[in-house]
Amino acid sequence: MTAFLIIFIAALFAISVWQISKIVSLGKAPDPDTDTMEVANDDDNKRQGQYMLIFGIGLYVLMIACFVGYNDYFLPDAASKHGGEYDDLLLLTTIVIMIVQVLTQGLLHWFSYKYHGKKGQKALFYADNDRLEFIWTAVPVVVLAGLILWGLFSWNDLMDTNTDDDPLIVEVYAYQFAWRVRYSGSDNTLGDANVRFIEGQNTLGIDPTDKDGMDDMVGTELHLPVNRPVLFKFRSQDVLHSAYMPHFRAQMNVVPGMVTQFKFTPTVTSEDYKSTEFMTEKVRKINEIRRQKSKELVATGDVALDPYEFEYYLLCNKICGASHYNMQLKIVVESEEDYNKWLQTQTTFEKTLANAEN
Amino acid sequence: MGQPIALTADHPHDEEQHHHKDTFITKYIFSQDHKMIGKQYLITGLIMGAIGVAMSVLMRMQLANPGEPNIVFQALLGKWAPDGVMDPNMYLALVTIHGTIMVFFVLTAGLSGTFSNFLIPLQIGARDMASGFLNMVSYWLFFISAAIMIGSLFVELGPAAAGWTIYPPLSALPQAMGGSGLGMTLWLVSMAIFIASSLLGSLNYIVTVINLRTKGMSMTRLPLTIWAFFVTAIIGVVSFPVLFAAALLLIMDRSFGTSFFLSDIYIKGEVLAHQGGSPVLFEHLFWFLGHPEVYIVLLPALGITSEVIATNSRKPIFGYRAMIASILAIAFLSTIVWGHHMFVSGMNPFLGSVFTFTTLLIAIPSAVKAFNYITTLWKGNLQMNPGMLFSIGLVSTFITGGLTGIILGDSTLDINVHDTYFVVAHFHLVMGISALYGLFAGVYHWFPKMFNRMMNKNLGYVHFWLTAIGAYGVFFPMHFVGMAGLPRRYYTNTNFPYFDDLADTNKLITYFAIATAFAQLFFVYNFVKSIFYGKKAPANPWSSNTLEWTTGDKHIHGNWDGPIPTVHRWPYDYSKVNEDGEYVIAGQDYAPQHIPLQEGEEEMDH
Repeated sequence: MTAFLIIFIAALFAISVWQISKIVSLGKAPDPDTDTMEVANDDDNKRQGQYMLIFGIGLYVLMIACFVGYNDYFLPDAASKHGGEYDDLLLLTTIVIMIVQVLTQGLLHWFSYKYHGKKGQKALFYADNDRLEFIWTAVPVVVLAGLILWGLFSWNDLMDTNTDDDPLIVEVYAYQFAWRVRYSGSDNTLGDANVRFIEGQNTLGIDPTDKDGMDDMVGTELHLPVNRPVLFKFRSQDVLHSAYMPHFRAQMNVVPGMVTQFKFTPTVTSEDYKSTEFMTEKVRKINEIRRQKSKELVATGDVALDPYEFEYYLLCNKICGASHYNMQLKIVVESEEDYNKWLQTQTTFEKTLANAEN
Repeated sequence: MGQPIALTADHPHDEEQHHHKDTFITKYIFSQDHKMIGKQYLITGLIMGAIGVAMSVLMRMQLANPGEPNIVFQALLGKWAPDGVMDPNMYLALVTIHGTIMVFFVLTAGLSGTFSNFLIPLQIGARDMASGFLNMVSYWLFFISAAIMIGSLFVELGPAAAGWTIYPPLSALPQAMGGSGLGMTLWLVSMAIFIASSLLGSLNYIVTVINLRTKGMSMTRLPLTIWAFFVTAIIGVVSFPVLFAAALLLIMDRSFGTSFFLSDIYIKGEVLAHQGGSPVLFEHLFWFLGHPEVYIVLLPALGITSEVIATNSRKPIFGYRAMIASILAIAFLSTIVWGHHMFVSGMNPFLGSVFTFTTLLIAIPSAVKAFNYITTLWKGNLQMNPGMLFSIGLVSTFITGGLTGIILGDSTLDINVHDTYFVVAHFHLVMGISALYGLFAGVYHWFPKMFNRMMNKNLGYVHFWLTAIGAYGVFFPMHFVGMAGLPRRYYTNTNFPYFDDLADTNKLITYFAIATAFAQLFFVYNFVKSIFYGKKAPANPWSSNTLEWTTGDKHIHGNWDGPIPTVHRWPYDYSKVNEDGEYVIAGQDYAPQHIPLQEGEEEMDH
């Protein structure tokens, strides 16, 4: 695909070079009548009009090439309940804007070619037309109104952080440059916390006097049971971060001094997601690239790259300092059973405190 | 295009009412002549542009071969590229200063500063700005702020590196990153001076347009360029002071221990005393300027395009009144959409709904403008001068970039593309490339007026085509990289193997970026050479209707070497015909604004 693009671009550049050569030849024998003025003459108008047409076609080719060639760049089906609706809305919006794009770019470049200037050609004095203006005000109004309405309904559902459906409450905690996860334990309630409580083992600043916090558990991976709503509470201890979970179509900034929230229901376990057709193919491709790269690395005496296995991830998406580019958190979605089993292995805050005292 | 009509009756040429004895200093340095100030803005802006573009090339080189030594880095970045490998702090500094320079110093000052200054008095028929002195002060404040911004590149711990949006706490705490020390202080000082400069300029533009129009130049006879500059200045006056307030409060937080934006912070092993502030407040204040800023950048470019497209199509701009209404609607809406930058900032989701609504509303006047440009081309007699090509290019990138705004402006859809390369592609096309095209269109179109010489058209064509191909080559594939969920402002993507298959595309984008950057040398060469050796320009090379082409070629302070022309018609009487199908002025397809209505000609109600 990339090769095709390069060829396509090379062709366009070749046209430019060809034109430069034309200029050189024009420079040698200037047409005394027209070329001394540096104002476009009929030849220029014709040639540039043709280039506009070629460019318009080229733009179409570029668009098709990108959609076909980069098809596998699009994120795979969402692994969350609301994600399906998100993807539908994105698809519809993309179709609408591509229709407009194709029509308007076509007209723009076609007119640029069709009506290129000629001596003696009379332009049409056409200053306004209320009906046309009305049409192209009204049509966007209607189309946008539809998109807005759908978007707003989804937005309201998405941003609804009520606890009526008994969501699992999890805190995602950010600092330069890593994430921690605090599970709320058997009472499903997070203990109070503030940076002023940070001391020794208590790196998240959990209030040691708050009973709710005693069964909280702090981990370095985000484990979630499948098909249960999860209410995320985000906290940062230093600067702004953003918790971005692309495969779940979820993102929320993490703001020092306040708790932000996002709720979604993961619907596909990590194991199932890994074995989808899309993901196996994607991972195969990536490992192919990594093998190639490893060969080069080994040849220069470096360490080879590890083969890649897909895991859900959460990444920082708000500039936060020098290592912003490597602030990630592994997400594991598993069955309720596995989740509970894993939770057993974690240390409660009460135990952490006791250990610290010993 | 027929013979230009003799402009004015003979008037006493020896009348030296506006002629001062100019020294080099009063003519070229501390000039109060709006034309010279416009040129000063242009050249300063272009130099800043060269620096900004060079920075983007460095970033792209890093992204194409992340973490690999590069002799260019070693040569240009010195200690920030030990053994030629770029330091991550330096990458973020480049991101920040590139954004700041391009948005404020090139596309605000270089575009609006240049053409508002140069064109407002000439096109409305005034001898100069309302206050030539304030105008001069405005330029020199701009110059000082530019010098400070460039100076900040050389401080010990590096320039500001918190992104051009300088969100606190990152920008407020030197503990959080080196660039938030002296570098950020200089950034804030520079921007404060810049805002003062911008306000002086804007107030001057507003007063001039309201008060100094020549006889007959009613508001509905103003060229759309002037409408765009006028409304841009109003948006600037409304929104820049808010950025000033934000910068001032940030200075207080940084230096005097206040807590406007800071609360509950634990960094480098200690708890800070700040309590009760909110970074989200800063985001509101910043984007209250930040979003109108997009239109401060874009409206002048659209104004220039309106003028250039109408002139070169030999047709009136389609829907003159609709264009004005669109400009006003965009200006109004632009001040109530800032929240769409903050859908996932943690602000109340209800606000998100409101901002989605206002944001998608702004698509409507934008769409009207795009359709009107296309209709203006329809059945025209298109003169493909370089300025015209850049104007058509602008309409193309404005549409491509604007459409993706419908995705980003929708709060739901924004969740998953927020702060990815999709956003980068979107705003570079819609405000970066489009505004730059507007700048180029303006330079090619008004160069003869500025320097009395013509630019070489063939070099102009080469410049346009290389830039047009390169710009789409860089930014179209970038949307897809963003769709893969690749975050912006990452020093390298290699820590996420999931992004490994994007590496080739990133390389491709880099090649395009480098090629496009070098293509600008055609422009630089053409620009510099034509100033000194270009062909002598005729009085009205593009056969245009507006007043600036009636001054003759004597560059004097006061513009017209005689009485100011009176205006008798709107500026778009191109190819206007009488009932018998003949042009209203026989043999000439245009009727300049100072020409009285001809016998039997009807003035249309536009």
